[in-house]
Amino acid sequence: MVAQAEPLTQAAAPPHPLREFWYYFSQNLGAVAGLVTIMIILLLALFANQVSAQSPIEIHDGQFLRPPFWEDGGTLAFPLGTDPIGRDMFSRLVHGTRYSLLMGSMVVSISLIAGICLGLVAGFARGVVEIMIMRLMDIMLTIPGILLAIVIVAILGPGLANAMLAVSVVALPQYVRITRATVLTELAKEYVTASKTNGASVVRLMFLTVLPNCLAPLIVQATLGFSTAIIDAAALGFLGLGAQPPTPEWGTMLADTREFMQRAWWVVTLPGLAILITVMAFNLMGDGLRDALDPKLKR
Amino acid sequence: MLRFIFTRLALVIPTFVGITLLAFLLIHAVPGDPIETLAGERGIPEERHQALLHEYGFDRPLYYQYFAYISHVLSGDLGRSLITHERVISEFKQLFPATIELSVCAMIFAVGIGLPAGILAAARRNSIFDHGVMAISVTGYSMPIFWWGLLAILLFSNTWHLTPVSGRIDYAYFVEPKTGFLLIDSLLSDEAGSFRSAMTHLILPAIVLGTIPLAVIARMTRSSMLEVLGEDYIRTARAKGLAPTLVIGVHALRNALIPVITVIGLFVGSLFAGAILTETIFSWPGVGKWLFEAVGRRDYPVLQGGVLLLGTSVMAVNVFVDVLYGFINPRIRHTR
Amino acid sequence: MKSKLLAATAILALAVAGHAASAKTLVYCSEGSPENFYPAINTTGTSFDASSRPIYNRLVEFERGSTKIEPGLATSWDATEDGLTYVFHLRKGVKWQTTKSFKPSRDFNADDVLFSFDRQSNKDNPWFKVTSDNHSYYNDMDMPELVKSIEKLDDYTVKFTLKAPEAPFIANMAMDFASIISKEYADQLMKAGTPEKFDQEPVGTGPFQLENYQKDAVVRYKAFQENWRGKLAIDTLVYAITPDASVRFAKLKANECQIMPYPNPADLPAMKADPNIKVLEQPGLNVGYLAMNVTKKPFDDKRVRQAINYAINKAAILEAVYPGVGIAAKNPIPPTLWSYNDDVKDYPYDPAKAKQLLADAGLKDGFETDLWWMPVQRPYNPNAKRIAELMQADLDKVGVKAKLVSYEWGEYRKRLAQGEQMMGEIGWTGDNGDPDNFLYVLLGCASAKPGGSNTAKWCYKPFDDLLIQAKRTTDTAKRTELYKQAQVIFKEEAPWFTIAHAVQNAPVRKEVVGYKLSPFGQHEFFGVDLQ
Repeated sequence: MVAQAEPLTQAAAPPHPLREFWYYFSQNLGAVAGLVTIMIILLLALFANQVSAQSPIEIHDGQFLRPPFWEDGGTLAFPLGTDPIGRDMFSRLVHGTRYSLLMGSMVVSISLIAGICLGLVAGFARGVVEIMIMRLMDIMLTIPGILLAIVIVAILGPGLANAMLAVSVVALPQYVRITRATVLTELAKEYVTASKTNGASVVRLMFLTVLPNCLAPLIVQATLGFSTAIIDAAALGFLGLGAQPPTPEWGTMLADTREFMQRAWWVVTLPGLAILITVMAFNLMGDGLRDALDPKLKR
Repeated sequence: MLRFIFTRLALVIPTFVGITLLAFLLIHAVPGDPIETLAGERGIPEERHQALLHEYGFDRPLYYQYFAYISHVLSGDLGRSLITHERVISEFKQLFPATIELSVCAMIFAVGIGLPAGILAAARRNSIFDHGVMAISVTGYSMPIFWWGLLAILLFSNTWHLTPVSGRIDYAYFVEPKTGFLLIDSLLSDEAGSFRSAMTHLILPAIVLGTIPLAVIARMTRSSMLEVLGEDYIRTARAKGLAPTLVIGVHALRNALIPVITVIGLFVGSLFAGAILTETIFSWPGVGKWLFEAVGRRDYPVLQGGVLLLGTSVMAVNVFVDVLYGFINPRIRHTR
Repeated sequence: MKSKLLAATAILALAVAGHAASAKTLVYCSEGSPENFYPAINTTGTSFDASSRPIYNRLVEFERGSTKIEPGLATSWDATEDGLTYVFHLRKGVKWQTTKSFKPSRDFNADDVLFSFDRQSNKDNPWFKVTSDNHSYYNDMDMPELVKSIEKLDDYTVKFTLKAPEAPFIANMAMDFASIISKEYADQLMKAGTPEKFDQEPVGTGPFQLENYQKDAVVRYKAFQENWRGKLAIDTLVYAITPDASVRFAKLKANECQIMPYPNPADLPAMKADPNIKVLEQPGLNVGYLAMNVTKKPFDDKRVRQAINYAINKAAILEAVYPGVGIAAKNPIPPTLWSYNDDVKDYPYDPAKAKQLLADAGLKDGFETDLWWMPVQRPYNPNAKRIAELMQADLDKVGVKAKLVSYEWGEYRKRLAQGEQMMGEIGWTGDNGDPDNFLYVLLGCASAKPGGSNTAKWCYKPFDDLLIQAKRTTDTAKRTELYKQAQVIFKEEAPWFTIAHAVQNAPVRKEVVGYKLSPFGQHEFFGVDLQ
C-alpha cells in the first residue's frame, strides 16, 4: 500500500493543461499505484486465457477443494486451489477481472449518460420538470441503495445484465445532482449568455457549450463510481442475485463458497481480496484524478 | 430560522408521497405473489389462488390498491404482514431499535476513531502516521463489507475466540424488552453480566458496519483540517503564540467540523443500506434483514411499510442535519 | 381424579427424568423465525417446530423418531370396514396450559376437537378468519373433499365420516395442521374482543408453553409439567434464531446452544472430530430429483430419458453436494418408507451407453435443452445450483447442451408446475409417512395437468392404475405389493433422474440425552435432558 500524498501547492502556470494534469497526478504516489494496478487488471482481463492454463468453468472430478500449491495437498496444476466442484480458482479469479471491469464500465456508462441527460434537462428546463426530476432523485436516495437494487433485480430477474442495470439505477442520483449543480453555475456565466444571444439551439447549448465545462467533476465521480459499482454488483452477486453459473464473478464466487469458510479459507478469502484490490485501485486513481483536475474540488 | 425549518419540512411532504408511490409500484412490479411463494413444492390450485388473491384485494386495479393503501396509511394503519399476520408497525417497532443500536454504535466507533485519527494526521502532515492513516482509510473505504464481515467472524470469533459469533445477547440472559435497545434494557434489568454480554455481541457487527464511515470521516476530517489550518485566522492565532493543541483543538476544529457533520448526516442513509448486509451476516434481528426477506417472500405490506418508515427516518435525520448545519453556519440559512 | 393423575405423572416423571435438581435450560439454534403460532395456517417446518410440536398435541401422534402412528389425545380409534367412518376415543384428564391471561376451568374434551376442525373448515365460524383464513394444509390434504362430517358422540368420543375411503386419513390426523386448540380459551378471548391474542399467546396441551417471542432473535418456552405425557427434565427451552449454518455451528462449539438443525455439509467432518459434539443421523423422508418434461421433445422418447440417466455422474454429485448428508436415490420414495423396492437397479454412469441411446433416438449430435435449478436451499437439496453445474458438465460430454435457468422460488415452482421447463430440479418432503404422499402426488395422472405437482407431466396409465388401486384398500400388505410394482415401472420409464435422499444430521452437544431425530424433519424436545 502506498499512501496518498498531497499535491504540491500551486506551482507557476505550466504550459499545457494535460501536462499540468499529469504533473499533479504523478505527484500522487497512490494514484500512480492505482493506475498501475488497473493496468495490470486490464491486461489480465485481456489475456485471461493466456495467463491461466486451466479453463475457469471446467469441472475436475475428484479435485474438489484442493488447497493452494504451498499448502499440504496442493498442486501447481491448481496454483490457488480449486472450488467446491473442482474448478481452478486461479483461472476463475483471473477471468473474474473481466466481469469486474465489465460491471464497472457498464454501470458507469449507463448511469453517467442517463445522469448527464437528466441533469442537463433539469438544469435547463427549471420549473416543474426540474422539481420532478430532483424530487425523484431525492426519493431514490432515501431508499437504501442495496434494497432498491434488490427490488429491481427481483423485478427483472437475477443475472449479470440485470444486476448491472439495477446498480446503474441506484447510482443515477449522484450524476444527476452533480450535472445539475454544475449546469446551474455554468448557466450564470457570460459565455453562455453570449452563445444564447448568438442564437445557439438549446441542444447545442446543452451538449456543446455547457457540458464540456461540467466534465471535470463528472469524470471524478465516474472514476469513484467505478469502485462503488464493482462493490454493489458484487454485493448483489453475494446475495445470489448477480451473475449466474458458471460465470466466474467474484461476488457470486464468494456467495457460492461461503459455507466452506471454516474448512477452505481460500475459496472465500481470495475472491474478496480480488474485489478489494480492484476497488482500491479505482479509488486511489479517482482521488488522484480529483486532486489533479481540480484541487478545489476536494469534498 | 423557523422559516428555514418550515421550508425544509414542506419539501418532505412530496418526498413522502413519492416514497409510498415508488415503493408500491416497484413491489407490485416484482413477478410472483406472496400466496404462490408460500405454497412451496406443494403448489396451490388455481381457483384457491384466485380466491385468496381476491381476499387480500390483490385482484383489484393497481391505482385502487394504491389509494386504498394510502388512505390506510394516513389513518395510521400500515397493514399486516402476509406471512406472519402481525402488524407491520409492531414488527418494525420490535426490530428497528436493533438496527438503530447497531448503527449508532457503528457511528460512535467511526467518529470516535476517525475524527482523532484525521485530526492527528492533519496536524502531522506527511508523517508516517499520516500516511498510515490514509492507507488504512483508503483500504477501509474500498472494503466490500459482506466479505469483511465474514472475515471478521472467521478471525475474531472462530480463530481467536474474542467475540461471540452472532445474535444480540447470550441466551442465558433473559432481558425483558422495555426500550428495545438491549444495551439500555440490560442495564435496567437485574441480570448481572447481561450488559457485558450485549456489549460483546455488538462489537463485531458495529466494527464491520462502521468501517466505511470510519474511513471517510478520517479522510474528511484530515482534508478539512488541512484547509482550515491554511487560513489566515489560524496563522494569526499561531502568531499570537497560542499553544498548538489549542489552535488545532479549538480554533481549527470548530470550522473543520462543519463538512464532517454533513458527511455523518449523509451516512445515515447508507448505514441502513450497509445494515442489510451486516445484519444478514451476523443474524442481527434488525429491519435490514426483515426487508430483504420480505422481498423474497413478496410480503407487500412489510416492504411498503418498511421502506416508508425507513425512508421517513432517513428524511428526518437529513432535515435534522440540515437544520443543525444551518445553526452552525448561518450563511447557508440565508442563501436558501 | 386429580390426585390420581398427579400420582401418575409423578411416577412417570421419575421414570422419564430421574431428578431435576437445578433449573435446566436447553438452547436450540433454530434456523429462522416462525411465521406465527397457529399451526393450521403455517406451511414451514420452522413454524411447526415452534408451534405445533412444543405447544400442541394431536389426536394421534407420530412416534418420536419414526413414521409410526401412536395414540395422542385419542387413546384409541375404530374404523368401519368400508373405511368411511372413524371413531376416536379421547384421553381423559388432559390439562390445558395456564398463562397470564388464561386459567382453564376444564380438561380437554370433544368440544375442543370439533372447534379445532371447525375453525379450518367452516367459513361461518367467526374464528375462520382470525389471523388468516388461509388454512393451507387443510386444503392441501384435500380435507374439504374428504370429510363429510365430524360429530361429538359424547364428551370423550368423536366420529369422523368420510366421503370416500382414503387409506392415509389416520396419518393425516397426526400432521401439524390437525393440532387441537382450546375452545374455552377461544370463547374467553372472543368475549374480551381480542381474538388475535389466541395465536400470539397460544395455549395448548403440549409439553412446553410459550413465554416470550422476539422476532428474528429468540423464542422462549417454559416446561408445562402438568402435560399428559409426564414430567420434563428441562425447565426452559430456548430457540436461538440463527439463520446462518456456519454461525450455528460456531455457537454449538461455544456451547451457546446444545442442538442445531441443518448443518453445512462442509462442516460435518469438523463436527464429527469435535469431542464435545455428537452428530445424530437419520435418513430423511424426502427425495430430490431432476424431472424431465415428457410433453416436450425429445423427452417424450423413453430412450432420451434413459440416456440422461446414464449420462449424469450421480456419485460425483453426491460427493460434491451431499458429502455425508445424502444417499443416492434410485426410487421416487426414500428407503425409510414402507414399500420401498430395494430390488430396483439404478442406471449406472455410462456416457457411452448414453450416447448410443441418443443415437438410437436419432439424436446423434445431441440436442439443446434447458436445465432449471431452484434458487433456494431445500431439505432434500442443499445446493441445486451446484448440482446443475455438475449436470451441465456431464451432459455436455454426451453432446447435450443444457442452459441453466432459474427464477425466484415462487415463480420457479409455478412455472415448473405449468411445465415450461424441459428439465428441472425439484424434490419433495413427505408429510405423513404414506407412499401415496410421494407417488400419487408427484407421479399420478391427476397432478400431471398444468399447474399440478407432477413436474415431469408424466401420465402413464399402467402406473397410475396401480396407485389408484392402492389408495382404495386399507390392507397394508396388498398396498406394499402394488407400490413395489409401481417403482419398477417408474425406473424403466425414467421420467426423472433421481438424485438423492438427504440424510438429516443433527449435531448436538455431548451433554444432550434422549434427543431423537424425526424422519419428517421436525424438531421435538419432549424427553430431552442435559447431563
